Amino acid sequence: MISLLSHPWPWYVSGPAIAAIMAILVFSGKTFGFSANLSNICSLLGFGKHFSYFNFDWKKQQWNLWFLVGSVIGGYIAVHYLQSPQPLSLSTSTVTDLEKLKIPFDGKLEPGSIFTWKYLFTGKGLLLFLGGGFLIGFGTRYAGGCTSGHAISGLSNLQFPSLIAVIGFFIGGLFTTHLLFPIIFK
Amino acid sequence: MKALKYILTGILFGIILTKSEAVSWYRIQEMFRFQSIFMYGIIGTAVISGIILVAVIKKFRLKDTDGQAIQFPAKDKRWKKYLIGGSIFGMGWAMTGACPGPIFILLGQGYTVMLAVIAGALAGTFFYGILRNRLPQ
Repeated sequence: MISLLSHPWPWYVSGPAIAAIMAILVFSGKTFGFSANLSNICSLLGFGKHFSYFNFDWKKQQWNLWFLVGSVIGGYIAVHYLQSPQPLSLSTSTVTDLEKLKIPFDGKLEPGSIFTWKYLFTGKGLLLFLGGGFLIGFGTRYAGGCTSGHAISGLSNLQFPSLIAVIGFFIGGLFTTHLLFPIIFK
Repeated sequence: MKALKYILTGILFGIILTKSEAVSWYRIQEMFRFQSIFMYGIIGTAVISGIILVAVIKKFRLKDTDGQAIQFPAKDKRWKKYLIGGSIFGMGWAMTGACPGPIFILLGQGYTVMLAVIAGALAGTFFYGILRNRLPQ
């Protein structure tokens, strides 16, 4: 069983498995939307005293924060006990494209050349991680949801606004990948 | 007890997203370069399963485990915030290779540099909270 789970999962297994997470939450009377936690943490930190956006009862969202805690543990379990021995099967054209940006493909989930503290404290690292994080926080709250809230929950409920949000995700992602990356990684 | 249930669901989520490779910076690059069906297959089959799930729940008026009718709140119809906010998030998604869930999952995997992404994301959330009333919705 463990070895079966450890193998790389085909996408047609992963997709329905993600939907199963949504099913568990929906049948618990909750909504699958992870980025709400960013607001929950700001509210928990007491920002609601001064800023009305964070002035809500985060305790009603406590379940989502527990879900967040679980996801950290899940990440730990997955790499320590369910790690696949095979390298990531990335498309060869992506490998070639990234080599041009001087980001070598090392077969892991994340490029070891940039996911380090040393890289973080370079101009590029700060832009990528701190700047990228800022855009994630600002953007998901502005759009009222992220991949889970819009692409999965919203589209599953055939919400047109969620489709607009997902189109936005791609506008931003394509712009960054094709126009900004060649400049950043020059 | 309730906390445990959501922690366990979160653990499952962390394992599924790791094993699906949707947390991979490389996979997100591959997706934004249209060089594999992989990520589209994941999102596509997740949405198709989700559409069936929601349709079945609505059709049979299913209840949650507390006996309450399951409801799916409609998103409000303004479009600017979805397009602009979505595009801003998309930029951050491509840069870090992670959306909000994976940021925390990767932290659990031992990529402690994600703490910088979390700090950035909280700062971004905070600034949105301050500026919200001045932004087009």
